[in-house]
Amino acid sequence: MKAFNQINGLVCPLDRANVDTDAIIPKQFLKSIKRSGFGPNLFDEWRYLDHGEPGMDNSTRPVNPEFVLNFPRFRGAEVLLARENFGCGSSREHAPWAIEDYGFRALIAPSFADIFFNNCFKNGLLPIVQPAEVVDQLFREAEQSEGYRLTIDLPSQTMVTPSGQSFPFEITAHRKHCLLNGLDEIGLTLAHADDIRAFEAGHQQRQPWLFV
Amino acid sequence: MKAQTLYDKLWSSHVVREEEDGTCLIYIDRHLVHEVTSPQAFEGLRLAGRKPWRNHSIVATADHNTPTDHWDEGIKDPISRQQVETLDANIKAFGALAYFPFKDLRQGIVHVVGPENGATLPGMTVVCGDSHTSTHGAFGALAHGIGTSEVEHVMATQTLVAKQSKAMLVKVEGQLGRGVTAKDVALAIIGRIGTAGGTGYAVEFGGSAIRSLSMEGRMTLCNMAIEAGARAGMVAVDQTTIDYVKGRPFAPTGETWDRAVAYWRTLVSDEGAVFDNVVELKAEDIEPQVTWGTSPEQVVSIGARVPDPAGEADPVKKGSAERALQYMGLAADTPISQITIDKVFIGSCTNSRIEDLRAAAEIARGRTKAANVKLAMVVPGSGLVKAQAEAEGLDKIFIEAGFEWREPGCSMCLAMNADRLEPGERCASTSNRNFEGRQGQGGRTHLVSPEMAAAAAIAGHFVDVRTFA
Repeated sequence: MKAFNQINGLVCPLDRANVDTDAIIPKQFLKSIKRSGFGPNLFDEWRYLDHGEPGMDNSTRPVNPEFVLNFPRFRGAEVLLARENFGCGSSREHAPWAIEDYGFRALIAPSFADIFFNNCFKNGLLPIVQPAEVVDQLFREAEQSEGYRLTIDLPSQTMVTPSGQSFPFEITAHRKHCLLNGLDEIGLTLAHADDIRAFEAGHQQRQPWLFV
Repeated sequence: MKAQTLYDKLWSSHVVREEEDGTCLIYIDRHLVHEVTSPQAFEGLRLAGRKPWRNHSIVATADHNTPTDHWDEGIKDPISRQQVETLDANIKAFGALAYFPFKDLRQGIVHVVGPENGATLPGMTVVCGDSHTSTHGAFGALAHGIGTSEVEHVMATQTLVAKQSKAMLVKVEGQLGRGVTAKDVALAIIGRIGTAGGTGYAVEFGGSAIRSLSMEGRMTLCNMAIEAGARAGMVAVDQTTIDYVKGRPFAPTGETWDRAVAYWRTLVSDEGAVFDNVVELKAEDIEPQVTWGTSPEQVVSIGARVPDPAGEADPVKKGSAERALQYMGLAADTPISQITIDKVFIGSCTNSRIEDLRAAAEIARGRTKAANVKLAMVVPGSGLVKAQAEAEGLDKIFIEAGFEWREPGCSMCLAMNADRLEPGERCASTSNRNFEGRQGQGGRTHLVSPEMAAAAAIAGHFVDVRTFA
């Protein structure tokens, strides 16, 4: 997993509430058995004018010029600004895989769906929850000023606007530690293998029917 | 001792260790696996040279990509076939308690297969790389969807890294009217609290209307918890739960059964247990529901009209409603009962169990599908549901009414196989999501109960099932 420390990233504002994982990465792309290469199909149905299928050459497909990701000024964006309940719907990790593969490193929204939020941290993506008024302000600023960038600093848990205004954000100590160091969570957990074995032995005594 | 919620009990009985910030390692009892969200996890194990911690926690089946007709021809789409064959190979290499591959009699939708085989038991922690894992909470289990990284984590360590959620009680008191089902209760709850209303919560469904639901109904309800934003939904254990589990292939027997039942009976919220949020609905107020938009919260009763976005004060909601009406090809103030449909889908992990098929067949019996309905398909949740339905003659009722009787699978709930809506087609669907493109690019989905779907197939438009004799 890619470590996350600090970025100064171009902000792309996606002004829609309840963006679901079917919109983030449509189902036909879930047939892949790999975890990479989903970026060109991020928001496929909104981004292109034709119907996308796996295996197509995406560089030759007609793009929707009205979709914000296709605006030249947002090319190379690393911060996705979104509305409430972003990532609702299915548990498909293909959604954060596609977002990360496209080049985003952080997301900001008033709220995220639980499973999506959790999946982000496993892939070096930082989802940031901010009050609705702050998100409104960022939308206004990102839409008004071209080249609008935010500095997102994980060690100090702050994001800073071009005018120097700073906003704090929350993250659990565990997630912060994993993101900062790009850690493989399985390796961390297996350091507690003895605890797991001890629990399992007691659990089996208490509920033997679980261990057929 | 402090009064505990059911969720507290399920959580605390699975904590392996806890860090200072409240992050816990939670032990996982049952791991359900399907072909879409598992290949990258198995590949991760392989690359790291790891083995499953306890492969007998795994119950697997192929459901998302499998076709629902012409099984003799196999899976025609080569990419779908590769994904299913990858699961075959991974289970062979890594092992499982049970695997129900494509064409197996017990194959089916993972959330139907688990419970009917007794692989889902009260008190368990159940996970699956699928958001509708909340279904299994109907058994008084802690069940929720996980991403593929977590699938790999559970395989390698038998645990998940998680923090305890807040607890919400959704209480439905009273008696549901005739023609009002668990699906309508679920949609009415989502209509009330919104698709993000349950975010950050584990939801327990309680009250007399919930206690009077069958296990099938409770599964429908818990299945839709995720559509209210809650990863986990649950119902306390009672005699209905225990009667359903008894005698199933992986359920305990003999003395172990008695011991298990004694424990399972404790899986209820204690008197005086405190929830972080309580929502109350009256059963008598709930009518058959129909969604009109592209989010499950955009829902009204059958007797209502499509809402006018102009009446919405919240600008974000107003924008969503306008966009939804445009996508759905609907005008504000249209009576729901005047909306005509092109297709009907009865199936999915929400509504494909035997009780659902019986209820839909009761409406279809002796009637004929409307001429404007191009396709009304019935997709049983599993091979066992299909066999049971055929033993009861339900297949014949559907076929005589002009419906198609298909093989089990996820089918047109998410249209990963060949079953899908064409652009602009309108569908009465018993599935769980009416998102843009969910049932096929440009497809228009209205979520309803099995009875309401069958009635719409007969009438050619939405109709109040209570007016059907």
